Amino acid sequence: MAAAATASRAGKTDPLLDIRNLRIEAKVFPPGEPPRTITLVHDVSLTLQRGKVLGLIGESGAGKSTIGLASMGFGRGGVRITGGEVVLNGRDILKGGVGGLRRLRGREVCYVAQSAAASFNPAHRLMDQVVEASLLHGVATRAEAEKRAVALFRKLSLPNPETIGERYPHQVSGGQLQRVMTAMALCSEPDLIVFDEPTTALDVTTQIDVLAAIKDAIRDTGVAALYITHDLAVVAQVSDEIMVLRHGRLVEWGGTRQIIKEPRQEYTNALVSVHEIAHDEQKPGATPFLSVKNVTASYGGGKVKVLKNVSVDIFPGQTLAVVGESGSGKSTLARAITGLLPPEQGSVTFAGRTLANRLADRPKEDLRQLQMIYQMADVAMNPRQTVGTIIGRPLEFYFGMRGRERDQRVAELLDKIEMGKGFVDRYPAELSGGQKQRVCIARSLAAKPKLIICDEVTSALDPLVANGILKLLLELQKEEEVAYLFITHDLATVKSIADSIAVMYRGEVVRYGPKSQVLAPPFDAYTDLLLSSVPEMEIGWLEKAITGRRMESAGN
Amino acid sequence: MLELRKIPIGAWIGLILTTLFLICAIFAQWIAPYGLGEIVGQVWEPSSDKFVLGTDNLGRDLLSRMIYGAQTTILIAVLATALSFTLGSILGFAAAVIGGWFDTLMSRFVDLLMAIPTLIFALVVLSVLPSTILTLILVMGILDSTRVYRLSRAVAVDINVMDFVEAAKLRGEGKAWIIFREILPNALSPLVSELGLRFIYAVLFLSALSFLGLGVQPPQADWGGMVKENKDGIVFGIPAALIPAAAIAALAISVNLVADWVLNRTTSLKGGRG
Amino acid sequence: MSSPIVKLIAQRIALGILLLLAVSVLIFAGTQILPGDVAQSILGQSATPEALANLRESLGLNEPAYVRYFRWLGGVLTGDLGTALSSGQDIASSIWPRLKNTLFLAFWAAVVSVPLAIILGLLAVRYRNGFVDKLISGLALASTSLPEFFIGYLLVFFFAVKLQWFPGISTVFDGMPFLDRIHAIVLPATALTLVVLAHMMRMTRAAILNVMQSAYIETAELKGLRAFDIIRKHAFPNAIAPIVNVVMLNLAYLVVGVVVIEVIFVYPGMGQYLVDHVTKRDVPVVQAVGLIFAAVYVTLNIIADIAAIVANPRLRHPK
Repeated sequence: MAAAATASRAGKTDPLLDIRNLRIEAKVFPPGEPPRTITLVHDVSLTLQRGKVLGLIGESGAGKSTIGLASMGFGRGGVRITGGEVVLNGRDILKGGVGGLRRLRGREVCYVAQSAAASFNPAHRLMDQVVEASLLHGVATRAEAEKRAVALFRKLSLPNPETIGERYPHQVSGGQLQRVMTAMALCSEPDLIVFDEPTTALDVTTQIDVLAAIKDAIRDTGVAALYITHDLAVVAQVSDEIMVLRHGRLVEWGGTRQIIKEPRQEYTNALVSVHEIAHDEQKPGATPFLSVKNVTASYGGGKVKVLKNVSVDIFPGQTLAVVGESGSGKSTLARAITGLLPPEQGSVTFAGRTLANRLADRPKEDLRQLQMIYQMADVAMNPRQTVGTIIGRPLEFYFGMRGRERDQRVAELLDKIEMGKGFVDRYPAELSGGQKQRVCIARSLAAKPKLIICDEVTSALDPLVANGILKLLLELQKEEEVAYLFITHDLATVKSIADSIAVMYRGEVVRYGPKSQVLAPPFDAYTDLLLSSVPEMEIGWLEKAITGRRMESAGN
Repeated sequence: MLELRKIPIGAWIGLILTTLFLICAIFAQWIAPYGLGEIVGQVWEPSSDKFVLGTDNLGRDLLSRMIYGAQTTILIAVLATALSFTLGSILGFAAAVIGGWFDTLMSRFVDLLMAIPTLIFALVVLSVLPSTILTLILVMGILDSTRVYRLSRAVAVDINVMDFVEAAKLRGEGKAWIIFREILPNALSPLVSELGLRFIYAVLFLSALSFLGLGVQPPQADWGGMVKENKDGIVFGIPAALIPAAAIAALAISVNLVADWVLNRTTSLKGGRG
Repeated sequence: MSSPIVKLIAQRIALGILLLLAVSVLIFAGTQILPGDVAQSILGQSATPEALANLRESLGLNEPAYVRYFRWLGGVLTGDLGTALSSGQDIASSIWPRLKNTLFLAFWAAVVSVPLAIILGLLAVRYRNGFVDKLISGLALASTSLPEFFIGYLLVFFFAVKLQWFPGISTVFDGMPFLDRIHAIVLPATALTLVVLAHMMRMTRAAILNVMQSAYIETAELKGLRAFDIIRKHAFPNAIAPIVNVVMLNLAYLVVGVVVIEVIFVYPGMGQYLVDHVTKRDVPVVQAVGLIFAAVYVTLNIIADIAAIVANPRLRHPK
């Protein structure tokens, strides 16, 4: 210990950040029970050299954000650091007291949050907030700090770098705000920046630009960084080393190449290979059972057109994936098909006849044939009904099943979704995220439908859980001959499960066909942009993608 | 199950006091030592063995009048609350589920009613209506139903846009199933705690009206009216008026404690249990 | 730049005027729903049919309700509130001094209670979940349960009767010296303050806490700002609108609370005047006073809304 302390004063080769046996606890107040203390982080140690980037990766509850904030001596809510040392620039910051922490925050360590939109104060101009820490800590005069901020805005490729600081947070887009927040963190020239899922809330085509901007800025300023994310492909682009965490414990720590190419732990391996689901594309059949023909729909009585002349077909037992970014109209397409948003023009035909436009005008039998699964499983189930009631209701409603017959069928369905009979009496709040989504699947299967519309059903789940759900859906498709309309923004998911794909952009289908055709060149401009924006688990992918993009725009 | 030991001390006090008041109200005729209008002593006698709380401005036993007053006060408040709840929650739920012109019309009308302070509007209406208990219940119930309407509509609107309700609609369920099986069970806990608050408000409102001489009319006695009858004693240092006033406060506080506990209990129960 | 704000404020004011008109209709209608009859209630049960008919004629009761409404409204708009049935006096000239008295009382209650409530609310946030905070939420619970007259008579009992520091009956008259006037209203103003204080504290606390839980407060903490600077620079600008809203709502509440308080302290204000004439079933007076109370209430609510519009940076600096 003493030797280490002496060495740390010696200089350059010592780590910038040295966290030893960090233990973090939180007091939780479980409803109806006395408060108790839970451990969020169990004796995690890490070191970070100057100018290096360490990626912290894990599923929700892994403790990655908690560790990131601990490097600033900060705990959210009732979170407390109860053990270990956080040595930054050769001193244990946990022993520096409140004043010491204050001098460190915003000066030596800065933070970039997931939601920049919420993290900027709506009442102040961006420039005032960007230079605030520099002025507070006396790093620069106002004029110097503003000059540096403008230079950073330019480096981060923000539009109008000279004047964007004059704006208020709500006047700037989400992707831009995320970059302004990075500039804010860099402005006081800290030694370390904690990036906490900085691109998670962004659309995939925006994410790549922000990611590239962050990476350039890190390289050019020589700042060290902790990069926290749940997306291994993203972290592989920016970090030198990766640390895999699970349930607050260290799983594996190594160089980026080693982690993604030669993972040593089984859990890491599962994370790396999560998207590798084998699914052979089925060729479209002769006649589709459901056709969307030239559907146009809008909100607000025709004011906002959200679907423009959309036509797609769905074949029995196959999966049509609808891909697009937020605002592309993909979820609206589902609402138009189900009749929740009656189309203004065009029609939906089912088994050779036209479906009524409005939900209220459709006969029960038509309703039974089209079922839906939602993104947020926990709000898609009535919290006051048991799993048995939730799955049993469609059986009663559509088939008039009662008593033993119904219970028997519920048990069968629970079996199908790989959950036991023991779950019949549980309430949704007593299930995990993956289990909730499984119950929703069982509820839709109970109606014995021809088509299930899956609206971003895996987006809210951790990758491994999502993977399990996708596999289950594919198995059920084989057994039950059900077709899926699979709505998602995640191209990796699409590749795993689709038979045909429709790419949507601003309410229109810009590319449509069997998976093999849609995903093969030549591409239209938007599909190309979309495909090239999906992070791949390859070192150097980001540079390649950005260069490819620049060449294209030069060619145009 | 409900474990007695887990009930916090505040809730215990609330429960015991509320029960005590209820017993007084229900069995007033048997508990009260003297009759309601019986003059049994001197004016404003102090507390004695004969008159535990002393006598009032006409020499009637204050304790007996307090017990009868509990009956009148609680009865009117309960009926007014029941009226405001039935009216407010049915219309509020209907507005949320039906939507459209019905919702707009109802909501604008309620906005308008709420733009006038309740006490002022009640005084305006009471200036022309006969002073009977039925009038009081109607006026209090209808005016207060605006608040219940707002709450139940807001709660129902929130639930109505949740995915599980949409799922029920997609399944083809009717309005009755949606209101009673999907929305109501989830709206119950905010409504139950509101019930306590509305009752307290009814007690306070009735007492204020009676204190101003516009509520329950003599010879009947309610607590607010008893404050009015005995208020002249205050200047002579006779605290008879403070006793019914304190009773109103005690009743309101104890119901508040119970409502608080019920709210905490129902919201803290995870998911569907409870 | 500021044009959408001006437009929004203009809209809000126009809406307020419309609302006031609707309120006047409702107040007028509220006095027409009776089974009772104004003429009957003035003359009593023993009145002869001829006398009743004459009075109805002179009061214009034989005309349809809407004609009477517009005549009444026209009067109100030109400052003519009619004459009181019970005394035959001009209502407008009787109301004016009483309105001044009521506003005087409400003003001093507000001067004390508003800053006090905001300071205590800030303290509750600063020491959240501590002793001060618990005390405040306990007091707030109690205050929503206490009838105004309980507070009022307790004050009278101790400070007027036992200690004899202040008068228990607040007599004020024209030409009374300012300090005497203040001395006279100490107890009613204190009672009013107590009535609104806890409620206002609790709402202020909630408003500031709401702001303090925003992500941008964490950002400020992570920049190393002091707790005081965080509240001053980052929380306060965003808390102004909700606090103004809280204050306005409570002032509106105070205006109503004044009715009972005035009766307790026999204070010659609008509340006392209203209650007296409700008892006398003097409809024109009740209509006039009711309308004034409602107008004050509606106006305070409009001010609260305008404050919220002005304080919103999204509206001040549109895209």
